[in-house]
Amino acid sequence: MQIVSQILFVIALLAGVGFFARNIKRLIRNIKLGREIDRTDNSGERFAKMARIALGQSKMVKRPVSGFLHIIVYVGFIIINIEVLEIVIDGIFGTHRIFSFLGGTYDVLIASFEIFAFLVFVGVVIFWIRRNALNIYRFLGRELKGWPKNDANYILYFEMVLMALFLIMNATDYQLQLNGADHYASEAGIMGSFPVSQFLLPLFDGMSNATLIIIERAAWWLHILGILFFLNYLYYSKHLHILLAFPNVYFSKLSLQGKFDNLESVQKEVALMMDPNADPFAAPAEGEEDAEPEKFGASDVFDLNQVQLLNSYTCTECGRCTSECPANQTGKKLSPRKIMMDTRDRLEEVGENITKNGKFEDDGKQLLDNYILREELWACTTCNACVEACPVGIDPLSIILDMRRYLVMEQSAAPNELSIAMTNIENNGAPWPYNQMDRLNWAKEN
Amino acid sequence: MALQPDGSFELGQRKLIHKNYLKNDTMAEALKVPTMAEYMVEGKKPEVLFWVGCSGSFDDRAKKITKAFVKLLHKAGVDFAVLGTEESCTGDPAKRAGNEFLFQMQAATNIEVLNGYEIKKVVTACPHCFNTLKNEYPVLGGNYDVIHHTQFLKDLLNEGRLKVEGGKFKGKRITFHDPCYLGRANNEYEAPRDLLRKLEVELVEMRKCKKNGLCCGAGGGQMFKEPEPGNKDVNIERTEQALEVKPEIIAAGCPFCNTMMTDGVKNKEKEDSIEVMDVAEMIANADEL
Repeated sequence: MQIVSQILFVIALLAGVGFFARNIKRLIRNIKLGREIDRTDNSGERFAKMARIALGQSKMVKRPVSGFLHIIVYVGFIIINIEVLEIVIDGIFGTHRIFSFLGGTYDVLIASFEIFAFLVFVGVVIFWIRRNALNIYRFLGRELKGWPKNDANYILYFEMVLMALFLIMNATDYQLQLNGADHYASEAGIMGSFPVSQFLLPLFDGMSNATLIIIERAAWWLHILGILFFLNYLYYSKHLHILLAFPNVYFSKLSLQGKFDNLESVQKEVALMMDPNADPFAAPAEGEEDAEPEKFGASDVFDLNQVQLLNSYTCTECGRCTSECPANQTGKKLSPRKIMMDTRDRLEEVGENITKNGKFEDDGKQLLDNYILREELWACTTCNACVEACPVGIDPLSIILDMRRYLVMEQSAAPNELSIAMTNIENNGAPWPYNQMDRLNWAKEN
Repeated sequence: MALQPDGSFELGQRKLIHKNYLKNDTMAEALKVPTMAEYMVEGKKPEVLFWVGCSGSFDDRAKKITKAFVKLLHKAGVDFAVLGTEESCTGDPAKRAGNEFLFQMQAATNIEVLNGYEIKKVVTACPHCFNTLKNEYPVLGGNYDVIHHTQFLKDLLNEGRLKVEGGKFKGKRITFHDPCYLGRANNEYEAPRDLLRKLEVELVEMRKCKKNGLCCGAGGGQMFKEPEPGNKDVNIERTEQALEVKPEIIAAGCPFCNTMMTDGVKNKEKEDSIEVMDVAEMIANADEL
């Protein structure tokens, strides 16, 4: 019997991890659909930034209530994973509380898992209340209707159930140890310390050891199977940030927020245009005869860079960006969170297309218009509030800018008045139609 | 949309006023503003180039800031020059609207002029020009020490070249609106505030300030277009935040913000009780320059 359960456990573990590996491969394949971008410089600074923002949660606490609760859930998640390691070893080898040889340290560990499990449970309940019962602006956005809202709640329910199972498992285990049941009790005394689950003991009062073992085993199995399921749910949910926040912060932009990227392709063309010695009829350089001219800006996910696509998978839809966005606050359609969600949705659509067809078959859709509307793009003031607000270093503004570049340079589709301003700059060096020769008139006026 | 006989020009949500533009106004030489060309002829090089910017050159309101700053430069004995008719838009609105071509052409032209004069140090009263010159020109071959006028004025005060006392602003309740391209974009929050403290004002902060400051609504090319449909203009939202702290003056450090906040105050019919002023104007006005 024991060996059957061990075999089943190993199968479940392999299936869970294997499926997860498949999804991670897809994720990496999809991210690689984007343009390459070199963000491997300054590794020291990047690690420091990652330690500060991802590991240290420095931006989370800018909003004290949700920041504090998040830290509890985050630390709880990491700490309780040590317990998962023990569960995995016990499951494979059929042991019981394999780490208990640690003695007093083990008691402290189990006690802290229990306390964190309880705190996480409470934190998650408060998160649920904030999301569903309180009217918090960033949870009311139009992009959160339907699946995204359900997704967020499923994650919360999941965490509640996992924590409850963990505590039930410990409570029944403790009771079985007290009862001196075979396989559970040890001559060395009680293994572990149960500051929270001891209060659950009355629930199991008077139950036989056989019943207790069924409950303990059920909780144990559901807990670990739940964790394996959750691991695989990540790829289909907004919850990937628990893994991707780290690389995402690492690869985020290090330069000042005001410095927008330089388009080298344009720089080359302008240099050629302004070079009096350039021969406009020159044959293209060797090997470049058939090269397609590079597309300016982005109209689909293929035109975005890999960091922007990683950004979209990392986004956990918290909406701090959107709640800081001046356009969104004044009722415009733009929501930086929606920009990220749309990018990911389109990327997933393209990914599924590739999985199905072996390569991308044109589906007549693109990120622009089918997902992100022009009205959203033109509402942006490029103020960087969204970039500043993001706790995991996502840059929605860079996507907005790349899509504006496509609209202006590939389609000449800037809003009319903006086109007039740009024509003025071209003609007379100012957005208004005043002559450049009059630029110093102010000095003579009173 | 066309240029009106009164010199005004409406583009997007903002009416730009330049009432002297079509008049042949040859008033007495009020300000001495040397140009780089003149310096070149004399074989001299100024300590710093004052980059005036389009607003500072053409917009009636922003020109007052330009003049106030020039007066301060004279007072501090700064050896400066402007490019005058050789200056052209940095390309900031073009870049942020997505027109990288136009930006690169403007940049290439400006860099040729600046490098031709061997410019080392540039000061400007426009955070958009400041950001573009400082952060986006170097990769294109334009490397200068670029500073915002509030930083420059702070340096002048620290070096003792300029002295300032509270004067007429002493004790006044003032809030500073952070320009996005000075604050968040370039992490400069203290220079303008230090200047205001020197004026011994009662500095009050808005709910959204510094790193979390709310945009005035003009950036990213919005200055030159109608806002997208919504339920409020951004400058009204920001003005409401400013009114919450009941200031006598809203201090700004950007000609665009200045326009937006001035319009916001007018919209709230508070123009009689609340002034919108650039920090440089306040310093110049403190002792009635």
